[in-house]
Amino acid sequence: MKTVDEIREISGVNPYKCMKCGKCSASCPSYAEMDIKPHQFVSYVQRGEIEALTASRSLEKCLSCFACIERCPRSVEPARLIDAARQLVVRRRGETMLSPDEIPALAESDAPPQLLVSAFRRYRR
Amino acid sequence: MEKIGVFVCHCGSNIAATVDVSRVVAAALTEPGVVHAEDYPYMCSEAGQAKIAAAIKEKSLTSLVVCSCSPRMHEETFRAAAKKAGINPYMVEIANIREHCSWIHKDMEEATAKAIVLARAAIQKVHRNVPLFPGESLVTKRALVIGGGIAGIQTALDIADAGYKVDIVEKTPSIGGRMSQLDKTFPTLDCSACILTPKMVDAAAHPNITIYTYSEVEKVSGFVGDFTVEIRKKARFVDANACTGCGVCQEKCPSKKAMSEFNRGLSTRSAIYTPFAQAIPNVPVIDTEACIKMKTGKCGLCQKVCQAGAIHYDQKDEMITEKYGAIIVATGFDVIQLDAYDEYAYSQSKDVITSLELERIMNAAGPTKGHLERLSDGKAPKHIVFIQCVGSRCDDHRGKSYCSKICCMYTAKHAMLIRDKYPDVKVTVFYIDVRTPGKNFDEFYRRAVEEYGVEYIKGQVGKVLPQPDGSLLVRGSDLIDNRQITVEADMVVLAAAIEPEKSVRKLATMLTASIDTNNFLTEAHPKLRPVESPTAGVFLSGVCQGPKDIPETVAQAGAAAVKAIGLLAKDKLLTNPCTAQCNTLLCNGCSTCENVCPYGAISYDDQEVNDHGKRETRRVASVNNALCQGCGACTVACPSGAMDLQGFSNRQLIAEVDAICR
Repeated sequence: MKTVDEIREISGVNPYKCMKCGKCSASCPSYAEMDIKPHQFVSYVQRGEIEALTASRSLEKCLSCFACIERCPRSVEPARLIDAARQLVVRRRGETMLSPDEIPALAESDAPPQLLVSAFRRYRR
Repeated sequence: MEKIGVFVCHCGSNIAATVDVSRVVAAALTEPGVVHAEDYPYMCSEAGQAKIAAAIKEKSLTSLVVCSCSPRMHEETFRAAAKKAGINPYMVEIANIREHCSWIHKDMEEATAKAIVLARAAIQKVHRNVPLFPGESLVTKRALVIGGGIAGIQTALDIADAGYKVDIVEKTPSIGGRMSQLDKTFPTLDCSACILTPKMVDAAAHPNITIYTYSEVEKVSGFVGDFTVEIRKKARFVDANACTGCGVCQEKCPSKKAMSEFNRGLSTRSAIYTPFAQAIPNVPVIDTEACIKMKTGKCGLCQKVCQAGAIHYDQKDEMITEKYGAIIVATGFDVIQLDAYDEYAYSQSKDVITSLELERIMNAAGPTKGHLERLSDGKAPKHIVFIQCVGSRCDDHRGKSYCSKICCMYTAKHAMLIRDKYPDVKVTVFYIDVRTPGKNFDEFYRRAVEEYGVEYIKGQVGKVLPQPDGSLLVRGSDLIDNRQITVEADMVVLAAAIEPEKSVRKLATMLTASIDTNNFLTEAHPKLRPVESPTAGVFLSGVCQGPKDIPETVAQAGAAAVKAIGLLAKDKLLTNPCTAQCNTLLCNGCSTCENVCPYGAISYDDQEVNDHGKRETRRVASVNNALCQGCGACTVACPSGAMDLQGFSNRQLIAEVDAICR
């Protein structure tokens, strides 16, 4: 499967629904700290530049506050795409989910605690 | 024995490029009953029709099969050609080898095989066709317009000017509609009332127009040319004939705390009221929920001060039943509720308003007498932010999927008017796209930018944050500069999506007129029949059919009027003979067909039935052929096979299926 399709499958999002209104980036509390902004995230997926996404600082800076999911008028919901990119990173390490042993290390890193909360939200299902 | 002629059309290359027409001709000639078959590049052309006529004469054909485009396109054409050549028009069948075949296949072999099968099915059907004869029904020379906004007024005026009687039913106390609430109109900036009120007066004064305000359509029965409509004229508690419109009752009314619908709840009104000063008719109504006399039995002040003695607290609703030949729906729109959009703080701050509310604020007769001021503290705003596409173009559960079409233009209008009248007020517009097609429309928008210094920022707003000091922080995207920006505003105006007036759903059910998923009424054809409903005799005027501005609404209102006039000008209508028929010998009186009929065309009565010499009275179905639209629901529902559709009989359809499966 192509990486783009993988992102689409994991997120359940059709990035082509985006009408480029920028409401996600307008809503994002971590906007200033992100190298790839939420609305750009959609464009990267559209263009298939997935490597850049998985290497992006935005994966850690996104707080998973879900404001963009809440407000996106087109059901594109960039936080889902970001979450899918995170999942892709985990899968590439040969895993499908975080091991509880990894948590203390992550918790001590400078990653925002919301990242862990987001991971639990997602992997609980 | 039938003598069938088969005519295969090339449709230029539309059919012939994918279907081997000569093989279709050859295959048709092997079918029993087919005495003639030929192909021609354009069967629908005059030369093509002449070929059909010649073959009918030469081979004494009794029925025809035309293998061509969809029957929606040219069935009428070929029926007319057959009639001219002396054959009953219902002895013509169309095999659709274009839309159903050549256009959707790429492989010539497959397409040709399918075209041959489709031709064979049509030949088998036409073997079982019988001549049909349309009936006649009379046309009532009177039209009903539902809705008294600019769309309804214009339609009514046009029909009345053509010499026909028109009734307007308007549910609010005055005609005028949304347009009467607007301050100025784009792109010329003329005052809305100045161009609307003369039309309202014309409609009221026209000898052919009767206006029922504060009235609603309650029941519709009948069919094209002969509708019967029941109208509920709600009690005003004021005798319209006696009232002089002096307004003393409204002045003296002690209950003045009811929300003014006309001012969008931004001001209050008395319990006895006319919505606005230029209301037509200038006759007040009593709001029973606000009236002290109605609630407690005490007061009666308006009755005491009324010199004309026009006020009657015991007035009752009145029912009016009238017959109409045509019905025009002009029910218009409202703006959506913004409860789901709390990120814009509409419910949290008085200074976050909709564009329609801004219209009232800008209007000299509005809640602030035309002064631009914040509703929270009455102060003059210094920076106003407009947010576009609030609830429009949404693909989520909150908003509407469509573009509301008018917002880009009215926002440019508002921005320009504010900058013109208050040059020190800063105006910022957050937009996703600026859509201004239309005569002088883009120029209008550019003028706002270039001459009036309105700041346009491409990007949506994510959040409006009311601050303790009363200001509003607006956080949005600036996509062109690729930044997130926060601006401090003191007033925010939301371009809320428009949606069809709520009552249209109920009305559409009464009229059996179809509506789409957004509650807009569906037109009979999106391009070629834009002002007609698929239900015969029902026409569409204005925003009830889809978002449109005033110029478009007026144009469409005129078009709807012309279609209605075209109908009213006829004395009689030919009815479609392809209607359901009940075989009373088979009918078991179960009422299933009556329940499934969407047109109310089936009723049950006691009829004398001669069942093989045995005469008895049975309760059986009978079909009103004028009401029946030939949908066939009853023939499918009928458990005893008594219902059959002329022109599409069970025998014909089974023969087609057999021919396809052969």
